[in-house]
Amino acid sequence: MRITVTVNGQPYTREVEPRLLLVHFLRDELGLTGTHWGCDTSNCGVCTVQLDGVPVKSCTVLAVMADGREVTTVEGLERDGELDAVQKGFVECHGLQCGFCTPGMLLTARWLLDRNPDPDEGQIREAISGQLCRCTGYENIVRSIRWAADASHSQEARQ
Amino acid sequence: MSYGRMHRKEDARFIRGRGNYTDDVRLPGMLYGAILRSPHAHARIVSIDTSAAEAHPKVKAVITGQTLAGLGLAWMPTLSQDTQAVLATDKVRFQGQEVAFAVAEDPYSARDALELIDVEYDPLDAVIDARKAMDPGAPVIRDDLEGRAGNHIFDWEAGDRARTDAIFEQAEVTVAQDMLYPRVHPAPLETCGAVADFDKVTGKLTVWCPTQAPHAHRTLYAMVAGLPEHKIRVISPDIGGGFGGKVGIYPGYVCAIVGSIVTGRPVKWMEDRSENLMSTAFARDYHMRGEIAATRDGKIQAIRVKVLADHGAFNGTAQPTKFPAGFFHVFSGSYDLEAAHCEVTGVYTNKAPGGVAYACSFRVTEAVYLVERMVDVLAAELNIDPAEVRMRNLLKPEQFPYLSPTGWEYDSGDYPKALRLAMDMAGYDKLRAEQADKRARGELMGIGISFFTEAVGAGPRKHMDILGLGMADGAELRVHPTGKAVLRVSCQTQGQGHETTFAQIVGQELGIPADDVEVVHGDTDQTPFGLGTYGSRSTPVSGAATAIVARKVRDRAKIVAAAMLEASPDDLEWADGKWSVVGDPSTGKSMAEIALAAHSNLELPEGVEGHLDAVTVYNPPNLTYPFGAYICVVDVDPGTGQVKVRRFVAVDDCGVRINPMIVEGQIHGGLADGVGMALMQVMAFDEDGNHLGASFMDYLLPTAIECPAWELGETVTPSPTHPIGAKGVGESATVGSPAAVVNAVVDALRPYGVRHADMPLTPANVWRVINGDPFRTDLAIP
Repeated sequence: MRITVTVNGQPYTREVEPRLLLVHFLRDELGLTGTHWGCDTSNCGVCTVQLDGVPVKSCTVLAVMADGREVTTVEGLERDGELDAVQKGFVECHGLQCGFCTPGMLLTARWLLDRNPDPDEGQIREAISGQLCRCTGYENIVRSIRWAADASHSQEARQ
Repeated sequence: MSYGRMHRKEDARFIRGRGNYTDDVRLPGMLYGAILRSPHAHARIVSIDTSAAEAHPKVKAVITGQTLAGLGLAWMPTLSQDTQAVLATDKVRFQGQEVAFAVAEDPYSARDALELIDVEYDPLDAVIDARKAMDPGAPVIRDDLEGRAGNHIFDWEAGDRARTDAIFEQAEVTVAQDMLYPRVHPAPLETCGAVADFDKVTGKLTVWCPTQAPHAHRTLYAMVAGLPEHKIRVISPDIGGGFGGKVGIYPGYVCAIVGSIVTGRPVKWMEDRSENLMSTAFARDYHMRGEIAATRDGKIQAIRVKVLADHGAFNGTAQPTKFPAGFFHVFSGSYDLEAAHCEVTGVYTNKAPGGVAYACSFRVTEAVYLVERMVDVLAAELNIDPAEVRMRNLLKPEQFPYLSPTGWEYDSGDYPKALRLAMDMAGYDKLRAEQADKRARGELMGIGISFFTEAVGAGPRKHMDILGLGMADGAELRVHPTGKAVLRVSCQTQGQGHETTFAQIVGQELGIPADDVEVVHGDTDQTPFGLGTYGSRSTPVSGAATAIVARKVRDRAKIVAAAMLEASPDDLEWADGKWSVVGDPSTGKSMAEIALAAHSNLELPEGVEGHLDAVTVYNPPNLTYPFGAYICVVDVDPGTGQVKVRRFVAVDDCGVRINPMIVEGQIHGGLADGVGMALMQVMAFDEDGNHLGASFMDYLLPTAIECPAWELGETVTPSPTHPIGAKGVGESATVGSPAAVVNAVVDALRPYGVRHADMPLTPANVWRVINGDPFRTDLAIP
C-alpha cells in the first residue's frame, strides 16, 4: 500500500506491507531509530510517539493507519538547534540512565505539559504510568518533567 | 576536584534519540534471523521438516540442530561448566527452547518462515517443581550427560556445621522458617539480540550485541567456535538495560554468527519480549529454610540454612567458578554471630537456564532476604521490636575488618550509625505510634526494616575466575599533547554512566576537567581485557584500575615536570592538580603543560622516553562491602489485599561517591526493583511447564504509580582496599529492598498472626493470607 505520513514536519511517501507496524516504518523505512521497540503488547511504552499530537504506542499502530496524519518522534523535539524543555529537564535531573525508555517518556512529557503546564507529582506519575522504566525508579523522571514545567514558566515570565 | 554532581556526558545522544543500540545497527546487505521455539517444556524431537520454509522466496537459510551438529556447534559450554543446546537436537527441555533458526531478507519474512517449519514432538512428563526433581522415578532431563542418572546438579556447603549444630542444641530460643525467593526476570527494556558479520576474505568476525562482558564473549567464541581470538571483534554498543541478564552467551548469538558464515552476509537477530522472558537468564528460584539460634534477650548466636536451588534445564548460572551458589554464603549478614552453616543443592527442572541475574551480586540478594526475614521472625517470636533486635546484633565499627563465620572479610562499616540515621529520617517511633493507633481502629499499616551488607567487586584472582578467566580488569590511559585524555576500559555501561564517572576519576587524579577525558568502552578491538560489568564490579575493579593507571600517568608526568623545572623529582609535590617544587606553588606545572613538554624535544633523564601514556591491570585484594539500612512503610487494604508503599527510606553507604547524582539514580532504580519483586513480579509455570509470565501483560513490573518518592540518606565509610575508597552501588538497593517491603507487609498482617508470606505479595496473595488460606509457597502463582 502507498502511504504518506508527515513525520516531524516532513512528508514521506512509501510503499508498505499492510501489516507493517508504525514503529518499524519509523525505524526501518525512515531510519528514525530514536523510537525504540520493547514489548509487543503496549505495556512498556518505549515505542511511544505522538500521532496528531496524542501519544500512541507505535508497536500497536499499523503504518497504514498513520496515512495522511502527523507523527512526532524524539528526533522532532529539538527545534532550530534548541532542545525542548523536557529534553533539558531530563539532563538536569538525571531522568535517564540506559536511555531506552527516554524517547517515549519525553514525548509523553511534552504532551502532558502542552495540556497541563503546571502538573503536580500525582498528575505526572499518572501521565507516565503507561510506560516502564527499569533504571530510574521514576523519581528523577518525575523531577525532570517538573523541572521542564518550571523552566517553561520562568521563560514565559521573562517574555 | 572532579568528583561531585555533574551532568552525564552520555545524555546528549540519548535525549535526541541518537543512542546506538544493537537493533539500530544496519549493515549493507544485512539479513534477518528468527528463532523457532519449543511449545513444550519437555519433549522428544521426532522430526523437523524445513523444506516449506526453505522454499519461501525470501528465505536464505534454515538452520537446525542437525546443521549445527555438523559444525560441532549444536551444544555450547555454559558459565557453570555445563553444556547448553544452541538448537535442540534430541529433546527440548523447556518451553521456549531454541529449535530452528530462519534467515530471510526482512524480519517479517523470517517470522513467516517459522510458520512453515514442521516439527513433530513426542511430549514427555516435565519436572516443574524443584522439590520433586530428585524423586525416584522423576523424568530425567539431562539424559545427554554421561553418568548422570537423575536431576541432581551439585551439593555445596559453607561454614562450620558442627559448631553451628552445637549452638542450636544449647540455644534458649530457636526459630525456623521456610521461604521461597521466587523466579523473577530482570526484563531490561531492550531485549537481547545480535548482528553478526563474518568477512570471508579477511576471516574476521564482528559481532554487535548488548553484552555486559564483551571480552569474555570474545574469548568464549574463540574457544567454542575455534575462531582465532584476534579475528573476533565484539562490539557492545549502547545497552538498553542489562541488570545481569546480558552476561552470558545466548543461542541466538551463536545462530546469528552461523547464519552469517552460512549466507556470507551480515545477519541481525533480535528476540521479541516473550522470547526474552521465556528463554534468557532468570534470577533467584531459591527454596530456603532458615533457622536462627538466639538468647531470650535477642542475641543471635548462629544461623543455618538449607537451600534447594532450581537451575532450570541447563546449569547456566554466571558466577565465579568456585562458588556454585554464588556468594550466598554471605548470609550471616550484618550481624555478629558465633557460627553459621549453609547447604545448597542444585537441581535441573524443565525451565529456562539462568539463576544469577537481576542485580543480585551473585546471590547476595537471596542471602540478605533470608537473614533479614529470619531476624524479623525472631523479633516476632521474642516480641522485641525488629529495630531493637538489629541494634543488639549489628557488627560494631571497631570489629572491622571483620572475618565472617563463612569466611568473608568485611572491609569497613559503621552499621549502627546507618540504622540510626534511617530511623531518624523515617521518624521510627512516631510511625510505631501511628501504627498502634491504626491497629486499634482495624487498619493495616506495616513498617519493615532491612539491613544489608553487600559483597561486590569480584574479585581477587586467587579466589575468583569464570571458566578459568581471572577477574582482574585492565585500563589504558593516553594523554594527548594538548592534555586531553582517552581512557580505555573493559567494563561496559548499561546505563550506569561510566562515560561520566570514569572521566571524573581520571580528572580527579590528573587535575584536568572530566570533560577533557573521553571514555572508550564496549569494543574488544579498542579496549584492554577485563571481565565486564555485573556484580557491581565496575567501580570496585575497573574504577580502581582507572585510578591506578591515572596515577601511573601522574608519576610519569612528575619526571617530565622535574625536567621542565630543572629540579629533582624528589623535590616535587602534587598539589592543586599540578606538579610543583615543594613549598612553591608558583612553579606548578599543569597536566596540559606537562603533556606538551612530554611530546616535545625537552631533554629527559636517561631511560625516560617521553609521552605520558600508561597501562595497568588491577587485581583486587579483596571485595568491597557496601551496606545500608532501609525502612519501608506500607498500608494494606484488608478488603482487597492491595499493598500501597507509602514511604521508603534508604540509607546507603557505598564508600566515597564519585558522582552522587549517578549514585542516587542507581539506588532509586534498585528500590523500584525491590517493590516490584516484593509485590508484583514472578515467573510462574503451570504443572505442564507452560510459562505463565511470558509477556508484560502477565509479568508485571512497577510503574510510577506503584513507586513512592524515594527518601535517600547516606553515610560514607571508605573502603580501605580500594584506591579511591569507593565500594560500588549498582545492586545495593535491589539486594536490600525486597526484604524491607516484605517485612513491612508481614508487619502489617501481624494482627492475623502472620509470621511470613512469600513474594510476590499481590493483592490475591495478601487476601489469601488475611482470609486464613494456607499461603502457596510452591508455584508462587499470583
